Amino acid sequence: MTLIYTKKLRKEFGGVVALDDVDLCIEKGSITGLIGPNGAGKTTLFNNITGLDKPTSGMVFFNEKNITGVSPYKITRCGIARTFQNIRLFKEMTVLENIMIGRHFKSSHISFSNNRSLNALIGFFNIKKEENDIYRTSKKWLSFFNLDNFHDELAKNLPYGRQKELEIARALATDPEILFLDEPAAGLNPKETDELMKLITKINELGITIFLIEHDMKLIMNISQKVIVLNYGKKIAEGTPNKIQNDPVVIEAYLGKEE
Amino acid sequence: MLNLLIIVLIYICLFCILSLSLNLIAGYTGLLSLCHASFMSIGAYTTAIIMTKFNADFLLVLLLSGILASFFGIIIGLPTLRLKGDYLAIATLGFGEIVVNIIINWESLTRGARGIHDIPTAKIFNYRLMPKDAGILSKVIYFLLILIFLVLTYAFISKIIKSRFGRALEAIREDEIAAVSMGINITKYKVFSFAIGAFFAGIAGSLFSIYFLSISPGNFTFNISIMILCIVVLGGMGNNFASILGALIVVPAYYIPQLLNIPFIPPQFNQIIFGLILVLMMIFRPQGLLGRKKPDFERIIKRKSFFIRSR
Repeated sequence: MTLIYTKKLRKEFGGVVALDDVDLCIEKGSITGLIGPNGAGKTTLFNNITGLDKPTSGMVFFNEKNITGVSPYKITRCGIARTFQNIRLFKEMTVLENIMIGRHFKSSHISFSNNRSLNALIGFFNIKKEENDIYRTSKKWLSFFNLDNFHDELAKNLPYGRQKELEIARALATDPEILFLDEPAAGLNPKETDELMKLITKINELGITIFLIEHDMKLIMNISQKVIVLNYGKKIAEGTPNKIQNDPVVIEAYLGKEE
Repeated sequence: MLNLLIIVLIYICLFCILSLSLNLIAGYTGLLSLCHASFMSIGAYTTAIIMTKFNADFLLVLLLSGILASFFGIIIGLPTLRLKGDYLAIATLGFGEIVVNIIINWESLTRGARGIHDIPTAKIFNYRLMPKDAGILSKVIYFLLILIFLVLTYAFISKIIKSRFGRALEAIREDEIAAVSMGINITKYKVFSFAIGAFFAGIAGSLFSIYFLSISPGNFTFNISIMILCIVVLGGMGNNFASILGALIVVPAYYIPQLLNIPFIPPQFNQIIFGLILVLMMIFRPQGLLGRKKPDFERIIKRKSFFIRSR
């Protein structure tokens, strides 16, 4: 079953075409990799699907629902979570709080109306139950990532690798159907990359679809069922890791043409 | 001497309310606002005008003042939401100047630069508070009234901060893009933050005008906005208790030379003090005297909530 598909997704920055009529589809429950040389438009593709950028033309469908140009916070509420290439944690807040923010829109015990912020305002007379709920679920995610010992630490004080994990944990706290990972292995050593690989598989086993950008070919070829290759904003290839590795177009994009 | 003490205490309470509300906007949500004195002036003038014209119940007028200030908070909040940091500060600065100029030039309503000087004393549930020059007792009553509102403000804002709502505000301060990717509607929360902050500033303005019974545009200059910001920065951004500590330090430093009438200290001297405080704090302790406090969730969820206990 297809979870997300795009139709002729196009993004122009002035005269530069960053995404050139990209069609792609992501199967539910799969791990899909997105690769391409630097500046190929991978992060732009992420931003356009998750709503941080508005596409120039084309459409994005999630669960058969058109989500093109919808505000990013609404897209997150639909069930799409993401991480960022350069870590964007809430640095001055504790590890636990970071995850609790992920639970933000998930909890609303007192419903005087359909308006969430009105609920929040009225409901603050009895925040205990709500906070309790958020707290328990967040603790669960902390132990899933073995971050228990750090729960009271400020996010900025964590080691780099753990910060990356925390960002994934925070995204997962929103209970997404699909998780977008933007270069999760960047800056990690081989041992950490191996652990990350196990972690991604473990998340996938929870039934969460994963779409990831990565430059580490070992990681991407090992775990993804399908790989999509972008170059200059165009989708140049798509298929199983084996097929991609032997695709002459892909090799040309990375290494250049043989004279 | 006792008189002087009570006046300083009243000033401290008023500035505590103001700094708590600015702390919500600037400290927690991270929106640097330089027009807090204008929200205060809107509240003060609303009270002054309604009291002189209709002689209504003070609590009603107080609420109305807060709501009107809050409305202007939304007006300034909505168009400037896309601005950040210095740009937002400049926009709010402009808004503050606009408010002062409107007050000076709208003579028919606000009596211009002369100000309103015949505000009747407050009436609460048909009980009329004594005029403030009736003796020490009336001053104490006014002080208690203002103290009650300070406690209410503190309780309300702390409650907001400890909930999911407050956490969302802090997330916006830390990283807007990440906050929006966590499903937080940042536009709504920023406007709410401005509205609540302006509401309490309006309340403080209303209490100000009911105590002094005379106001003029000179009471709500840009200097006052800077003073409130100074209190928040000195105490520590994003910590309610720190705002109160800041007010306890800054307000006496500001008013005591003036009230004691010490001849060799000119009134402008306190501007030097402010400048010095801001510069020294930025160099030596940018997080303020106390800085941000980590919330203790174990305690929040274990404590019995008000409703559950009463059942």
